[in-house]
Amino acid sequence: MLVDLSIYELSDGLRRKKFSAKDIVKECYEHIERFNPTVNAFITIRDKDTVLKEAEEKDKNITFDSPILYGLPYILKDSYNTKGLRTTAASNILRSYIPPYNATVYQKLLDVGAILIGKTNMDAWGHGASSENTDFGPVKNPWDISRVAGGSSGGNAAAIATRMAVFGIGEDTGGSIRNPSSWCNTTGLKVSYGRVSRYGCIAYVSSFDTMGPMAKTVQDCANILEVIAGKDPYDGTSSPKSVPKYSDHLTNPVKNITLGMPRECFGEGLDSEIRKLIYDAAKEYEKLGITIKEISMPMLQYGVPVYYVIGTSETSTNLARYDGIRYGQGRDKFSKETMRRIMLGTYALSSGYYDAYYKKAQQGRTLFIKEYHKALSECDAILMPVEPMPATKLGELINNPIQNMLADIYTCQTPVGVPSLALPCGFTKDHLPVGMQIVGKMFDESLLLQLGYAYQKVTDWHKKSITL
Amino acid sequence: MAKFHKALTTHEVSHVAHLARLGLSKEDLEKFQKQLSQIIEFVDELENVDTKGIEPTSQVTGLENVFREDEIKPSLSQEVVLSNAPRKHNGYFVVDAIFNQ
Repeated sequence: MLVDLSIYELSDGLRRKKFSAKDIVKECYEHIERFNPTVNAFITIRDKDTVLKEAEEKDKNITFDSPILYGLPYILKDSYNTKGLRTTAASNILRSYIPPYNATVYQKLLDVGAILIGKTNMDAWGHGASSENTDFGPVKNPWDISRVAGGSSGGNAAAIATRMAVFGIGEDTGGSIRNPSSWCNTTGLKVSYGRVSRYGCIAYVSSFDTMGPMAKTVQDCANILEVIAGKDPYDGTSSPKSVPKYSDHLTNPVKNITLGMPRECFGEGLDSEIRKLIYDAAKEYEKLGITIKEISMPMLQYGVPVYYVIGTSETSTNLARYDGIRYGQGRDKFSKETMRRIMLGTYALSSGYYDAYYKKAQQGRTLFIKEYHKALSECDAILMPVEPMPATKLGELINNPIQNMLADIYTCQTPVGVPSLALPCGFTKDHLPVGMQIVGKMFDESLLLQLGYAYQKVTDWHKKSITL
Repeated sequence: MAKFHKALTTHEVSHVAHLARLGLSKEDLEKFQKQLSQIIEFVDELENVDTKGIEPTSQVTGLENVFREDEIKPSLSQEVVLSNAPRKHNGYFVVDAIFNQ
């Protein structure tokens, strides 16, 4: 199967004319036709014949100097504005919204000749950890269709796991790339805040939102990140720091690196099978010459409240623009989950409660940042679970607002802005995928990718594929 | 500092819904009253964090005063800007009157 190959191998094969972009695209559509009716990964699938024509065009024009993503079919979370192609954020409010401009990430991928095949399902506006808060039907987990794919970028992970595309672009505000990656056995990178432009991606929490790659392997994520990262004049919060050639540094030795494991992450509340699998991964790392060190991060328990109060406050203001006048439908079309978040945020920002909630959470954010600073001065990166439990049954999270919040317990370091790589580290006895995450210092994506690459060289969890 | 509330009243929920311009049915109001109270109780955990003298953080970019040159550049046309509007008239968005109610 072509789509099982890495981005590097596919790109190399295209250049050497071993196969064509058209062959790859055809395979993706075969998988879409076979699996999508069951897993519901897409909101919009582009017309197959149009996409095949684009692929033919790429095949005609490819040269040895073409960019690495040239001619490769990929998917975008449906939060990215794509000119002329409907963009819904999985909400009925935008069910027939046709953007008049392109998100920067999409423009960059257009510029390098990658081929968009569709827009994927998600929790509306990013509000959720299960891709059930969508007006387009829940995404189902390809490993067990009675379970959720995770969220909010669940469509991407489910589609990559079933090889409906070579790679995807997700968005992570409180775990939205890492959570579905870990539940669907794919690899995803939440970048440092500001590493990739947010321009044109429908905002959830403007001061947390990050745009990042989702793919089959760490190496693929490196290849994608070096294309989409960088300063953007349209996003004042994008970083002017230069973008390393991440894929060139993957094989850098990881010996003498210290990985911290916060004891607060491995206590009560964590599924015992997940705990064991991450301890096993730590042992693999020790074999590679890495030092594992227990650290303490007592502030972690306040992560969810800090994330949630600031997050809902910002989303209540961001979603205030949906007035049904300039574009989109009226506010009665928001889902219940989204209404809850808007109301909590409005409450936290309202007169009399601002100091008690919003300001208090912002002060908590400062302490949370200090906590990570301290932890990352005792080690080079932090090894943690992604989720406290394997993929939940459909209906479990969406019907329980508190559980839905708590699913973000290990991934809500987004107020800190630090990067984190999620990658597969095994399966439960029930054959459900389990992921781990490695959290690094600001703009230290290189080290995370090196650590992930080293692990994927000596393990094959990421290669396990699905028997639907 | 305002005192932390352990439970919201339906009146408060209705007030917040009005501020957020969300129309709620009576059924919704009662449901949200319970759920929001639970969530508020949960985030009240923050009360236990000593934040005396701690500066609030609103962003983590480390950047300040990001400026660009003030140049005139092409923008979206009026036609394009109006293309998604549910109601338009003579190149304008149509809104409901607010003064005669």
